[in-house]
Amino acid sequence: MDSAELARRARITALTACSRSGASHIGAALSVIDILAVIYGRVADVAPDRVDDPGRDIVLVSKGHSASGVYAVMAHAGYFPVEWMDDYYLDGSHLGGHVTAHGIPGVELSTGALGHALPFGVGRALVDKLDGSDRRVFVVLSDGECAEGSNWEAALMAAHHSLGGITVVIDRNKLQILGRTEDVLGLEPFADKWRAFGWEVVDVDGHDHDALESEMRTRSSRPRAIIAHTTKGKGVDFMEDKVEWHTLVPNADHLAVAIAQLETNTTEVPA
Amino acid sequence: MRDAFVKKLNEKAADDPSIMLLVGDLGFGVVADFGQTYPRQFLNCGVAEQSMVGIAAGMAASGRRPFVYSIANFPTLRPLEQIRNDVCYHGLGVTIVSVGAGLAYGSLGYTHHAVEDISILRSLPGMRVYSPADAFECRAAVDAILADPSPAYLRLGKNKEPLMHETPPDLSDGAPIVVRAGDDVTVVVAGPVIVQALEVADQLSEVGISVRVVSCPVIKPLNAEALRAAAEGTVGIVTLEEHTVMGGFGSAVLEAFALRGWRTPILPLGLDDAATHIIGGQEWLRERAGLATPQVRARVAAFAGSAR
Repeated sequence: MDSAELARRARITALTACSRSGASHIGAALSVIDILAVIYGRVADVAPDRVDDPGRDIVLVSKGHSASGVYAVMAHAGYFPVEWMDDYYLDGSHLGGHVTAHGIPGVELSTGALGHALPFGVGRALVDKLDGSDRRVFVVLSDGECAEGSNWEAALMAAHHSLGGITVVIDRNKLQILGRTEDVLGLEPFADKWRAFGWEVVDVDGHDHDALESEMRTRSSRPRAIIAHTTKGKGVDFMEDKVEWHTLVPNADHLAVAIAQLETNTTEVPA
Repeated sequence: MRDAFVKKLNEKAADDPSIMLLVGDLGFGVVADFGQTYPRQFLNCGVAEQSMVGIAAGMAASGRRPFVYSIANFPTLRPLEQIRNDVCYHGLGVTIVSVGAGLAYGSLGYTHHAVEDISILRSLPGMRVYSPADAFECRAAVDAILADPSPAYLRLGKNKEPLMHETPPDLSDGAPIVVRAGDDVTVVVAGPVIVQALEVADQLSEVGISVRVVSCPVIKPLNAEALRAAAEGTVGIVTLEEHTVMGGFGSAVLEAFALRGWRTPILPLGLDDAATHIIGGQEWLRERAGLATPQVRARVAAFAGSAR
């Protein structure tokens, strides 16, 4: 299926899973789903039948709280059965509320505490450089987690060693748990910060799959940061750009309205 | 001991290109040789310990065997969450190496005293903990660490620790090593502070108390059966460590014995629950902390008498 349909189905699956189980973070999941659909569906050299291939690209999702979205995209992309989402977050499930590598095909790193994936990705890219491998390492960050100093430590390291294999994609939805990023702990001028650290930086519409693909395919001799401007809660009008949908759980009525909106946006007839 | 560590790693790196030495811009005069001999296996990560441990985890996921080297609490407490989540949660073969066990960096002050590291590191899942007493135990610990792919913590002294052995002991099963025979009471030590125990043994022999001294460099997994056997025939065990008593080596021994229902009398000696605000060298600070030879001697003698 194309990446737009992958994202649309993932949104419905993530919403359904969070509503059923009482899990938070649906806003963050809806925000990042297009980025992930383009990475898994179009750009990264990864596939469900090659999860142990040493030459595969490495995809790291640092914002582990968007697990419902990550898992929904991966399930619809064929990494594990979509039915695993039926008991997401519930007792005994394969899938918990933060991204976990253990026992889940295709997940490279367990995350949940913020600021962990970029240093880990720099370690993988350093080995790739030593070994002469040209495979790529994609790291998806939230904007709020850029307050974590470990990201900037790793950003220094990536630039110092000219790690062109690293591509960071930042889900710049400008909201975090208690408010707007610029009110909580301002990030702007955000692109300038990454540039000052020695990175190549571009801004892109984080819901435009063609634009995302084009920027993600571009490689450089330097590490690259793609600031993907997104809308938290994207795809469900009453959730969009609303701070509370980081935390709230959609009830049955919310879910019905949300799914109705996403059903009418079908881009192709489901197979 | 730090020189012995780097020398040993040098030898290992010759045969194993997966070994990496990562430093947090520390080790002047100690790590340069390694970096020159193995430039592709050496990385100075700068003063950025969180990133350094995350990088080490990433390297381990790519098949490398990284050793993360810094001093005191810098490679342990500063990046603790990276050790916990990136290394231990994923069971990756990263070894954390800290130089300056206990009060070794005495006059540099409390920021540089590694006195809570055993408690904290040994509580992490799957983390092996080694605290060698001398250069030979250090070399043996590196062998034991590399023989297994799981996370490890290596707690080093500083330099010029007196030698307890003539060759590297075998640490593969974690069994402690009797370094001084004795019949009345057993003092078990993890780390270079063992020199105090040997002095205590010398002095108490003059008053008719025979002290057995045992070195136990493998704190986790603790070989409790072998430790109990090493103390067999004496009235009980005094544990000695340059580390807080809470959660440290003595705690590990107490837990292991209690869980097995063994009633061996155990006296854990170590540091009190207090930050050090006084300035002085290692020996002077040991005395102020109650860990100098006369103080340990009195505690061991009293324990031997009361447990008898």
